[in-house]
Amino acid sequence: MATYKPVVVQAFPKLGERITKDTAYWRGYKTPVQIKEFGAINKIDFSPVPPYNYAVTASSRIHIYGRYSQEPIKTFSRFKDAAYCATYRDDGNLLVAGSEEGSIHLFDVSGRAPLRQFDGHTKPVHVVGFLSDKYRVFSGGDDYSSNLWDIASATEIASYSEHTDYVRCGCASKVNADVFITGSYDHTVKLFDARTKSSVMTIEHGQPVESVLLFPSGGLLVSAGGRYVKVWDVLKGGQLLVSLKNHHKTVTCLCLNSSGQRLLSGSLDRHVKIYSTTSYKVVHSFNYATSILSLALSPEDETIVVGMTNGVLSVKHKKPEERKEKSQKKRQPAYRTYVKGRTYMPKQEDFCVSKPVKRVLRKYDKLLKSFQSSKALDAVLEPPIRLYTPEVTVAVMQELHRRGTLRSALAGRDEKQINLLLTFVARRVIEPRFTPVLVTVADMITDIYQPVVGQSAIVDRQFLRLQEAIGKEIDYQEELLEVLGMMDTLFATFTEKRATYLEENKSNGLTETIETNMNN
Amino acid sequence: MVAPATLRVVRCGGSTLHGARAVFSADSYLLCAAGDFVKMYSVATEETLRVMGGHADLVTGVQLNPHNHMQLYSSSLDGSIKLWDFMDGIPIKTFTVGSKLLALYALASSEDSVFVVIPKSGERDTFQLVSVKLTKAAGQDLEAKELSVVLDGVDASPKRLAFGREGEYVASVKEVNLQVFFFKRKQLNRFSVSAIKTKSGNNHFTCIACHPTEDCIATGHADGKIRLWRNFYHKKDYTFSTLHWHHDTVMDLAFSMEGTSLLSGGVESVLVLWHNESDCQKDFLPRLGSAIEYISMSSDGALCCTLHTDNRITIINSNLRFSKSIQGLIKSTDVKTGLVVDPRTKALVLNGEPGHLQFYCLQSDQQLFSLDIVQRQYIHQAGLNQADLVKVAFSAQGKWLATVEEREEVTDPELQLKLWFFDEETQSFKLNTRINMPHEDHITDMCFREMDELEDDSLILVTAGRDCVFKVWVMVEDTDPEAQQSVSWSCDFVGSYHNYQATNCCFSEDGSLLAVSFEETVTVWDSVTWDLKCTFCHPPGKIRNICFGRLTCSKYLIGATDYGFLCCWNLLSCALEWSAHLNVLVLQPDPLSEHIAAVSWLSKESSLFVFKPNEPRPIYIQRNLCKEKIQLAAFVPRDEPETIGSEKYHWLRRSQLFFLTDTQELMTLSTKSLEERLTPSSKQLAVEESLPVTPFSLLLGKHRRQQSHEDIDLGKLVHNKHKQDSPAVKELLHTPAHVLPSASFLCPIFINSLLISKENKSAEEVADEVEMESEKTEDDSDEERGVTEMEQEDTSAMELLGEMTCKLSKSQEKELRKIRKMDYSWISAF
Repeated sequence: MATYKPVVVQAFPKLGERITKDTAYWRGYKTPVQIKEFGAINKIDFSPVPPYNYAVTASSRIHIYGRYSQEPIKTFSRFKDAAYCATYRDDGNLLVAGSEEGSIHLFDVSGRAPLRQFDGHTKPVHVVGFLSDKYRVFSGGDDYSSNLWDIASATEIASYSEHTDYVRCGCASKVNADVFITGSYDHTVKLFDARTKSSVMTIEHGQPVESVLLFPSGGLLVSAGGRYVKVWDVLKGGQLLVSLKNHHKTVTCLCLNSSGQRLLSGSLDRHVKIYSTTSYKVVHSFNYATSILSLALSPEDETIVVGMTNGVLSVKHKKPEERKEKSQKKRQPAYRTYVKGRTYMPKQEDFCVSKPVKRVLRKYDKLLKSFQSSKALDAVLEPPIRLYTPEVTVAVMQELHRRGTLRSALAGRDEKQINLLLTFVARRVIEPRFTPVLVTVADMITDIYQPVVGQSAIVDRQFLRLQEAIGKEIDYQEELLEVLGMMDTLFATFTEKRATYLEENKSNGLTETIETNMNN
Repeated sequence: MVAPATLRVVRCGGSTLHGARAVFSADSYLLCAAGDFVKMYSVATEETLRVMGGHADLVTGVQLNPHNHMQLYSSSLDGSIKLWDFMDGIPIKTFTVGSKLLALYALASSEDSVFVVIPKSGERDTFQLVSVKLTKAAGQDLEAKELSVVLDGVDASPKRLAFGREGEYVASVKEVNLQVFFFKRKQLNRFSVSAIKTKSGNNHFTCIACHPTEDCIATGHADGKIRLWRNFYHKKDYTFSTLHWHHDTVMDLAFSMEGTSLLSGGVESVLVLWHNESDCQKDFLPRLGSAIEYISMSSDGALCCTLHTDNRITIINSNLRFSKSIQGLIKSTDVKTGLVVDPRTKALVLNGEPGHLQFYCLQSDQQLFSLDIVQRQYIHQAGLNQADLVKVAFSAQGKWLATVEEREEVTDPELQLKLWFFDEETQSFKLNTRINMPHEDHITDMCFREMDELEDDSLILVTAGRDCVFKVWVMVEDTDPEAQQSVSWSCDFVGSYHNYQATNCCFSEDGSLLAVSFEETVTVWDSVTWDLKCTFCHPPGKIRNICFGRLTCSKYLIGATDYGFLCCWNLLSCALEWSAHLNVLVLQPDPLSEHIAAVSWLSKESSLFVFKPNEPRPIYIQRNLCKEKIQLAAFVPRDEPETIGSEKYHWLRRSQLFFLTDTQELMTLSTKSLEERLTPSSKQLAVEESLPVTPFSLLLGKHRRQQSHEDIDLGKLVHNKHKQDSPAVKELLHTPAHVLPSASFLCPIFINSLLISKENKSAEEVADEVEMESEKTEDDSDEERGVTEMEQEDTSAMELLGEMTCKLSKSQEKELRKIRKMDYSWISAF
């Protein structure tokens, strides 16, 4: 004899992106804080020491923000024209920045006036940085040269003019104090050693290089230019490891997360993509309002700061970790009741009689089992089920329809209940998984309650809302059909082209023979 | 043994069990009418113990002989009443009445007559209850012509007539009238309820039951009401009370043995127990599977059984607990799945209860198990549109099962394609993938690519739909490690042909080609690249069935069309090889040979044609296979090839052909004669009753049989001797004790009689030795020679024996004397 079979609630496969560990991690940021700067933000740099302030270079100013501050806590504005690439030293005490007029300024973070000024570039300096021995600064300018400066004496140590176009990006090795790299618009990335007179290695990127990055180990180099992000193995003499083409506009900035497991790239296409550095696959991506120029991630991934072309600085903070201890423990039963019967171990010759497992039915199932259709429908229109698991509500409606009792279950309801039903239907009828059932339900409701239309303002409003929802959906479907039609024509031409291509080949062959004939 | 010349159509399952109420015998057997047979089941083990055949038409009544509870009366539409000894399965007597018998009642109070319902002569659709005097004359076949009419205007159904307590009155209902006839007073009272038509139906009487101890009649009505009538001695002051729970027709009623409670059942498939005939106290046994047709109680009141419309018997304890269910081939409203053979169990798979797939074991006539496909509560109510299983396909090894269920709806059909994986651990099918709306319209056919030798990932499922496409489904490995299962199914290719509906699909034997029929055209596709290879068309008529030839005939494609053509195309030349004018309903290829069976329907009879695709002439034709329309057929591979003498029936060697008719009776073709098929099983049953057949018992049985054969072959001598001995022993045993002389006197005679004569034996030995010598002179004797020699030896022994009876040999006399001299006085001490 069969037992009662509970209502099957259809589980639908989740479409769209799948929730992985990465998506969960990168979604764990609060909504961004927007700060308006004066111009396009070309560089954001985090101080490597706590409290992890960050320097934002925009227009002719360098603003230093605290972790949660909306206002800059300090401003360097001693620039006649635009400032570029304000970068912290490893100890977080000094800050160096290039400028439009070609001079490089070195600031003490606590001071206001520049400590040193390095003059030597004849054109704007877009990239500056400290070498890892802390006493030297490298720079790259629009005069095609890459220079090396001594901080103590404020003199130029070396100047390399090997690039044939603007030098726009660079990076110093953390492992070797003498090594730094620069990338230029001449499509190359060059690796310099301060001990030699010329570049040690040249890597051909293929597009104007916008950003370069060295891995903490110093072995891998990442370059971004055009739509490509390329990873090179430096130790193997600059061999290309992977070429990533995930953006559809120029990639402008690169950044590694604190663990070095993920690589972030920002682009003019308004996206930040996050790659895994093991598989080099995109694991997550963010959207922003406008084109991204600069990007930085604080130590421990606490904050993501993105600078955009319209001068808006977007700051995202990580949500505090949810505490799981909060779930209150259920009161344990008293020792005696807990232990009762549990300690008895059945002997070998004992015959164990197990109690039949009692099946727990949901409330609506119990009501359906006893054929109480109206009450079953009431049970699934309770707020928690209706709001959080609408599929259960719809499944019960479908079951009632299957049993032929849906009409009687829907009938005989008062104003409040009709309101509730109609709200549910109007909200969910456009969801494709519910549409077939809810259309029938809406049909029946309008059928049953047609005579009372006009008696209650609330119900009338709900009816209008339902009509509106359906109307919108119809418009939407029509649009979709139009798009489908367009795509069909596109595909049709596509296949035809292939056919003509083949024909062309044939005709080419023919013409060739003709030509040879003529030659003869 | 003479080889049987013809094939016989044998019924092997699925006969309707609900011809009449089942009867419990006194020693817990259940007797039940099943088609033309009466079946005996063991209540304890649910097994079929005996099938009693002999009626030529449907059995309409089964009743125990009230005067001998080891005997059974059965009545049939063929106009005969048979009296059976059901323990041995022997028909004792057959009484021929003449007209159709529609119901049978036997009463304890009437000595030598039974009551039957027969159609009134000369009038259509009127029936009368008559009592038939069963003559006690000797002989097996008797005429029972002494009929006396008891009641006129009764209904044909056996449920609408009942006898009151101790047979004092008989009550019958028809439409809205109830009539009660009192035997002693010869009084007939008529009552009627006013005819009311409501939404749920009219209030016609549907069944009746009488209280066993009180004067009370319970009647069931078509609108679900039960009325309890009392005080019906007088025409005017009768009373009735109403019990109402059923929402649909009350199909049957039964009082408990003491009459304290009433059982009722109906379409809802709920058994309702009414206590004390009151409306407020009732118990339910719900979800019995299908509509209840008959309810019967055992005489001790401990058990109750319900017969259902789907040929199932449910046995229920007195406390309304489900006890057992006897189920053979479950009858479903419509077998949409066709007959499919499960490659794993060799069971026949088809629609079972609504939404279930039944696995029916052909050998034991039992349901192996029932797989719930739809997994939804089935509501037993007329007019509801509920999802049911329509298509089933197994992969070659039975590892995958694909099912299609659909719910017919006016606007859009609800379709689901489910793929089940056979789980070795639980030994059952587990749902792997569920696809909602695989096609936009009904699925017309479905098949797996059957490839034995290849890996799992070559498994392909093809579904053909009425939405003008066929779809190819393949297994996809799930890359996500967190997913519960590693594989799932998804659509790989969608093919169509000129916007015609796809009606059939079929893979060639090696799986390289797929044939899909689109209305009038058959298209052949390459199963690797899914390119259309060629098309075949032979107008007029749409394609009804297609199949590829097998083994040596794998280059042929067979198709049957609506307009009654059977076409065979050659795939190599892409031309029509031959065609025949034949209205083929069923086209079934044998999976183990080249043979193809086609069942046609011609002018009210089904005919079977068996042919090989490479020659247009059929190998075997059987006209008039059966009167009913054959719906489906299937070849079931035999466990071991059968030896069939006739060349004509060679096609039955590897597999057996089964048919399912319109009335859902399962038939097969057999070369064996009836006796041969029945005897071994009945013999076994006679010996072992319901003992389970263990390997040991089989071995023992074989041994015994061998022994008995040896006895027959060799031991005529011993047998004869026993005969010789018997008179003395008989005399000793059968003479009354007080006439016999003292035991001391009798003992020597008795012992003497038991002695085996020595001389005889020695003579035999001598003969043997002689034979041995002669054998030595010749070369090694072969068996046949041995046998003939043995026979010779037997005859010589017989001759010797004949002499021995007249005079004893000297040695024997000596022996006898010695025995006589012996002192047997010690025996008398006992």
